[in-house]
Amino acid sequence: MTDLERKLRARVEAGEKMLAPYVTAGYPDLATTAEILRAIDDLGLGCVEIGIPFSDPVADGPTIQASFTAALEAGLKVKDLFATLGTLAGELVTPRIAMVSYSVACRHGPDRFIAAAAQAGLAGVLFPDLPMGCEPEVGRLAESAGLADVMLVAPTTPPQRRAEIAAASTGFVYYISVAGITGERRELPAEVGPNVAALKQAGGGKPVFVGFGIGRPEQVAEVTAVADGAIVGSALVRQMTECAKAAKSPQATGLEIRRFVQGLCGGLGKAVTARK
Amino acid sequence: MASNAKSAPRLSAVPDTEGRFGPHRFGGRYVPETLVPAVQQLAAAYDAARTDPAFNDDLERMRRDYAGRPTPLYLARRLSEHYRGARIWLKREDLAHTGSHKINNTLGQALLAVRMGKKRVIAETGAGQHGVATATAAAALGLECAVYMGSEDVRRQELNVFRMKMLGAKVIAVSAGSATLKDATNEAMRDWMASSEQTHYIIGSVVGPDPFPRMVRDFQAVIGREVRAQSAAAIGRLPDAIVACVGGGSNAAGVFYDFVDEPGVRLIGVEAGGRSTRLGDHAAPLNFGQPGVLHGALSYVLQDEDGQTAIAHSAAAGLDYPGVGPEHSYWKDSGRVQYVSRTDLQAMAAFRLLCRREGLIPALESAHAVAYLEELAPAMKPDQSIVVNLSGRGDKDCAEVMRLAGE
Repeated sequence: MTDLERKLRARVEAGEKMLAPYVTAGYPDLATTAEILRAIDDLGLGCVEIGIPFSDPVADGPTIQASFTAALEAGLKVKDLFATLGTLAGELVTPRIAMVSYSVACRHGPDRFIAAAAQAGLAGVLFPDLPMGCEPEVGRLAESAGLADVMLVAPTTPPQRRAEIAAASTGFVYYISVAGITGERRELPAEVGPNVAALKQAGGGKPVFVGFGIGRPEQVAEVTAVADGAIVGSALVRQMTECAKAAKSPQATGLEIRRFVQGLCGGLGKAVTARK
Repeated sequence: MASNAKSAPRLSAVPDTEGRFGPHRFGGRYVPETLVPAVQQLAAAYDAARTDPAFNDDLERMRRDYAGRPTPLYLARRLSEHYRGARIWLKREDLAHTGSHKINNTLGQALLAVRMGKKRVIAETGAGQHGVATATAAAALGLECAVYMGSEDVRRQELNVFRMKMLGAKVIAVSAGSATLKDATNEAMRDWMASSEQTHYIIGSVVGPDPFPRMVRDFQAVIGREVRAQSAAAIGRLPDAIVACVGGGSNAAGVFYDFVDEPGVRLIGVEAGGRSTRLGDHAAPLNFGQPGVLHGALSYVLQDEDGQTAIAHSAAAGLDYPGVGPEHSYWKDSGRVQYVSRTDLQAMAAFRLLCRREGLIPALESAHAVAYLEELAPAMKPDQSIVVNLSGRGDKDCAEVMRLAGE
């Protein structure tokens, strides 16, 4: 079992609910990414998803895509991101996973990309455009590097395949709440509850996190009533955009994001106490 | 599909059941999980339709009575005289309804959409030719239609935007990313992710996740089958060479496919060389790119060292795409098809030449294929034959040609 899964399972067994915020890397610059990671590190988060920008994201909505475009225009390179994450690895306690288009990993070579991710202290990888069965080699590469290979289940995924993904995913299972792209939604579909429960069972207790469309503490409360964790992406990136527009310093942005994430944590099934 | 070569598998016997072409596994289904059921459903529906006589009868009737097929194979005497080499034949896809080969694919896919019970179709378009062909098929079959188009292209291709609207389609301008064809494709895929239960996505080329590359190839393969029959009648044998332009590669795949197992027929694909061989100045991934993943498939692509898609450039909007169909990557690596490139200026010269020598205004895309004749035709004998796929007509390009010529 990967480190990430061991940690998350232990917290699930302790009855905890977790938040997993998503941060676009290099947006607006790597110094800000580093300060955000530092600022939210003691909030008891399940993990932090570090979104590596891609020029042609298919699963992402306008908020995240705009952050990708800005980060790439500012010259973000994967090797610089991994170097920054590597220097932070010793001081951060919250596990970090990379959410990245397989196009990026494929160009680097999946073996070299996964090795570099492990070197940078990441606990897992998540390729939102690499469905189960497309590149079976990737799961094996991640496993031998000690990294989780987090897979997604969609509302459109048929039951049999859901069970297979729940069994194959490592670290946790990512349930997509709505058929469509990332971005905040006013309401979440009613079938999230039963679908998450079925995934928990199929995965043999593997933690299940729900993402897409979640941006408010009430929604965090709603999904963590059934799931082990809630993933917040676009809503957080929107806060980052506000900070960037106001030309806030990396430190000030870190504090702003920390406040926002704390607010979201307030929605978790059980109050999260700051650690350390 | 009888196999007469027991030692080596036939080049046409691709892709495999996972949508992979050849030993380098080009193709595949690199899509978000949300789309996996949609592509699986589409593959199953297409596999059932392609062997169903009723579906093929419908398609054949629409091709013949609606699109005007077969298109002629025309002996271009004055162009042949100009090069003093092989005889040059033009496959007249420019005469197909809507003015290009695109209708072959959209009729097939729109009929499939009806068969699948979908009420709505969506498409991406660059210059607007595929958008117009989709809007046309949708109108003819009573389907709702939305076309995604980069905002930059909406501005450059006003006439086609108007045509689509006249045909009842909704044109959605996409301003994300580089606001061109690749971004319109991203946006169409996003729409499909949220709408696949009621909506079929009519991809315009032999790109995208399986089953699109093989399905679009099959719908376009009517071009090559006609060339085979027409060559037999007019030349008395198969042509010696076939030349086609390659953007995503649908007209080329369509005219090549029936001949890939005929080693006596040279196949040449012409990519857009644009302004220079520098990344960002051309749209020639098979010549200057390397394998990578874009829009659901592994294939040659123009990317930087991080896998970020590079900007493509061509004076021909229909070739202005950083990727190419996975089967072309397979044909390139197997050595079966030779891929070359021709620049904007060479295409422009060929455009003028065909206007003056044959009274045909070709699409700027097709002019790239014509431009290669300068090298190919004089090196061949007068008793040899070259077929050029004249994939579309050039009315849409007149403003651009005037602009580039400073007229």
